[in-house]
Amino acid sequence: MWVRSSLAYPVSFWMLTVGSFLVTLLDFVGLALMFHTIPTLGGFGLREVALLYGVSGIGIGVGDLLIGSVEQVGLHVRTGTLDAMLTRPVPLIVQICADRFALRRLGRISQAVVVLGYGVGAVDWTAPKVALTAVMLVSASAIFFSFFVAFSCIQFWTVDSTEFANAFTYGGNTMTQYPMTIFPREVLKGLTFVVPVAFVNWYLCLYLLDRPDPFGLPAWFAVLSPVVAVLTATVAALAWRTGVRHYTSTGS
Amino acid sequence: MLYVAVAVRSFRRYSTYRTATLAGVFTNSVFGVIYSYAYLALWHQRPDAGGYDATDAVTYVWLGQALLMTVALWGGGTTDDLAERIRTGDVAIDLYRPVGLVGWYLAGDLGRAAYHVLARGVLPTVFGLVLFDIALPPTLAAGLGFAVSLVLAVVTSFAMRFLVASTAFWLLDQTGLRTLSGVLAIFLSGMMLPLVIFPEPLRSIALALPWASYLQTPADIWLGHRAGGAILDGLLVQVVWAAVLLGACQLVLGAATRKVVVQGG
Repeated sequence: MWVRSSLAYPVSFWMLTVGSFLVTLLDFVGLALMFHTIPTLGGFGLREVALLYGVSGIGIGVGDLLIGSVEQVGLHVRTGTLDAMLTRPVPLIVQICADRFALRRLGRISQAVVVLGYGVGAVDWTAPKVALTAVMLVSASAIFFSFFVAFSCIQFWTVDSTEFANAFTYGGNTMTQYPMTIFPREVLKGLTFVVPVAFVNWYLCLYLLDRPDPFGLPAWFAVLSPVVAVLTATVAALAWRTGVRHYTSTGS
Repeated sequence: MLYVAVAVRSFRRYSTYRTATLAGVFTNSVFGVIYSYAYLALWHQRPDAGGYDATDAVTYVWLGQALLMTVALWGGGTTDDLAERIRTGDVAIDLYRPVGLVGWYLAGDLGRAAYHVLARGVLPTVFGLVLFDIALPPTLAAGLGFAVSLVLAVVTSFAMRFLVASTAFWLLDQTGLRTLSGVLAIFLSGMMLPLVIFPEPLRSIALALPWASYLQTPADIWLGHRAGGAILDGLLVQVVWAAVLLGACQLVLGAATRKVVVQGG
């Protein structure tokens, strides 16, 4: 239904789809222009950065496509539509996913795929690397999916704090577009152990590129991504459950 | 003054949402930190890229975060209300007010910008000052020039957003064009990467376009890369673009009210 409604204003729909493709495309052009000035950024070439960028972009793209609407949970709390949803025999999270499901988000994913296609040229491919790339893409999507859910839960307590979540979802996406070597060691530690966005692409891409970890962390961190994905999903599920339990209707 | 009254009320309207403001300041600061490290990496390798040094580059990042909401780079502000009112037909009420539509919404948008520069502009900058080495305007002229330039930036951005919102008279829904125009603004204002490090001829083209007014011109005045007469040159270009675009707003509005039947009964 939401797919059809978005096609109700066709000119606007196509502009929006082209727009979200362009927004992300120009975003990569911005990065490429940086490489016009310098040959490498933090020791990484453009193709290698494209690899990081593509994986992160697909991760957040898929996460956003599936659950991006969860950002609106505060709106449902404020307007009271959450009450109606709670009485329906379908899990709340599924209903919120389906609400305002926006096909145009495909624009962002397709751009990330194009950039990734350019980035794969930096890798010496072997069978295990191909398999791990698949694992990486699934984990990246799962991590961003969990971030969208977990940080939206804050809205059960304060309804107008949507932007707070952006710092972690879109912020995490922006951070992982760059090689972690541009950040100081403390920041990397934070991004590994506290808000684990480094597992979206960094550790596995180091393996794909046959690079030793510049921060001296063990190589087996690469295979931790799915574990981290499961962990963040668990935390997100707990946060969601606590949020819904905490929710008391607006009344009336 | 009527317009001042409109601006003051708009200021109060936006200042109602305190938690939203704090959340926004936090997000601006996180992005400020990310871009600061990215730019530091770039300027570490090319210490004179675009005529900036590393301190200039980091200052530029935080100015960008401060102006993002103030200038409404992504779109938004009172022009979103206008687009919604065109879609619902409420714009008819606006049209028979004894005040010009452009002036009415511009006053509201300036009130919004005044709030955003205080809340979303100053707070992240303080955060940036604590974490990084940020340059303050070198002279009084630079400080004053920046203030004037910022007002012109808001007016230019308003006129552009007003034009986008006006398309709703014909398309009914502005969302698509609003996104496209936001993309262009982010790229061509220098928000994504300072225009000064763009390769030629892209650099000269981008610097001559109205979007340079949003961030690059105010930032160059703040940093002292435009000093003396160059400040006035920069401001003059901004004034010309603002006047041209506001003129275009009036023309489009005229065409719209003559040709378009307002939605609803």
